[in-house]
Amino acid sequence: MDQQPIISFKNVNKIYNNGTVGLKDINFDIPRGEFLVVVGLSGAGKSTLLRTINRMHEISSGEITIENEPISDYKGQSLRLLRRKIGMIFQDFNLIKRSTVQRNVLSGRVSYYPTWKSVLNLFSAADKDRAIRALERVNLTEKLYTRADELSGGQQQRVAIARTLMQDPKVILADEPVASLDPLTTQTVMDILKRLNQEDGITVIVNLHSVALARQYADRIVGLRAGAVVYDKEIADVTEADLTKIYQTA
Amino acid sequence: MTTPEIPQRSWSQRWHVKGVGWTALLVALLVGSSKMTGVDVGMFFSNFDQFTNLLVRMSQPAWSYVPIIIQPLYETIQMAILGTTIGTVFAVPFAVLAASNLVHNQWLRGIIRLILDLVRTLPDLLLAAIFVAIFGIGSTAGVITLAIFSFGMISKLFYEVIETIDMGPLEAMESVGASKVTIIWYAVLPQIMNQFVSYFLYTLEINVRASTVLGYLGAGGIGVFLQRSLSEFDYNKTAVIILATLVVVMVIDGVSNHLRRVLL
Ligand SMILES: Nc1ncnc2c1ncn2[C@@H]1O[C@H](COP(=O)(O)OP(=O)(O)OP(=O)(O)O)[C@@H](O)[C@H]1O
Ligand SMILES: [Mg+2]
Repeated sequence: MDQQPIISFKNVNKIYNNGTVGLKDINFDIPRGEFLVVVGLSGAGKSTLLRTINRMHEISSGEITIENEPISDYKGQSLRLLRRKIGMIFQDFNLIKRSTVQRNVLSGRVSYYPTWKSVLNLFSAADKDRAIRALERVNLTEKLYTRADELSGGQQQRVAIARTLMQDPKVILADEPVASLDPLTTQTVMDILKRLNQEDGITVIVNLHSVALARQYADRIVGLRAGAVVYDKEIADVTEADLTKIYQTA
Repeated sequence: MTTPEIPQRSWSQRWHVKGVGWTALLVALLVGSSKMTGVDVGMFFSNFDQFTNLLVRMSQPAWSYVPIIIQPLYETIQMAILGTTIGTVFAVPFAVLAASNLVHNQWLRGIIRLILDLVRTLPDLLLAAIFVAIFGIGSTAGVITLAIFSFGMISKLFYEVIETIDMGPLEAMESVGASKVTIIWYAVLPQIMNQFVSYFLYTLEINVRASTVLGYLGAGGIGVFLQRSLSEFDYNKTAVIILATLVVVMVIDGVSNHLRRVLL
């Protein structure tokens, strides 16, 4: 890689208030445009790692830089601008269930507007059009005016991806995005993420429980155990035996 | 430990010691407190004929009285709507600040809750008396009393609703880079809206009834007429006033049910 990494962890530690070690001496770089999959047992620290990148969790020591800028000092507006360029996808979709698909998708754009405009729903025609195109990317245009809670799980996750696209993100963080989906829908959602990675050059970081999926989609796999990186290889070098080892207890 | 054992319920689980204990305690408290305050339940039944006597005297409502009470009834409804609305407007920001899932600053939350507890402790009759003294006899005193009463009640009901919401959408909006107000508007409001509306209407209903009592102190509305009819022993007029109030309460209840169905 001749280019600068988009995200870089330097000696990052995270200890929760109750003393639990969340992350232990994390050191690695994520090159721009990579499809990185993070694997590890439940409680290994995958969600913690992901959430330190958009500062939903604070780290205890060390430094995380994004596009060469340390992110730990961001506050208020600068923190919101950081979050704007990092999309996030959740296991439970986290849509606003009583609102329409359109409103959910547009809600991904609010950081481009002053609060009073978001509150009064004063989205520009261009952004309403952008919402439709975001839904086109996930093949759900016909659901524009449907209420989110009337959609299947897979459809809800696609709406969540469309919402993220409205941010115009450089990075997408996905925390077990397919854990509550059936195998077929899983492929659809993972394919969409892969396409955003390849066509738009968005850096994608996905936490997964399935080793098979990790091998199918990743450019690189990082393994966590008890908050520490215990594995880090490009996909070409990954072997089945390696992965079973990550999932062995003790 | 060769065969898997079914866990045994403990002695206290088997005999429901907790449930029985709580029931016994409640009964004891009830009996004890009625003893101490000198409530004589027997008297309620022995003097029951007084009550039936009153009902008989109210049994021929003076329908000719209806046109006279339309205006004060209308004023009562206006007072209740105005008081409830003003109270709600102030209650919403307080409810947000008192909700433990939205405000993590314990000090701020503690102070807000203390204020709310204080407001709810003030008896509304006392408030009415004070405001009648300040603003004179009339509906202004009534509206302010109802506003303060509604504020105390609604802010508590509202923050308890807010504390039960699903936090997922808030997390998503936060990750999008939304400001606090935007997060509340987009992710909190839709989750609580219909409960807010139904609590608002419930408070409105209580206020319609409360304002009949407030009228006693000269705080305007139908209560003035209720008091007059009672002091003149004109129970047939009292009956009309009660029936009219019942109609208003039923209408509010109907609207409330309808709105809840529509908003769900
Ligand atoms: N808010 C918190 N307070 C205290 N400890 C926490 C908190 N959140 C997570 N932890 C602990 O930190 C460790 C890492 O948790 P994390 O959620 O990152 O794991 P994970 O790899 O995402 O697990 P899973 O696969 O189950 O989602 C766990 O031991 C967990 O109990
Ligand atoms: Mg997790």
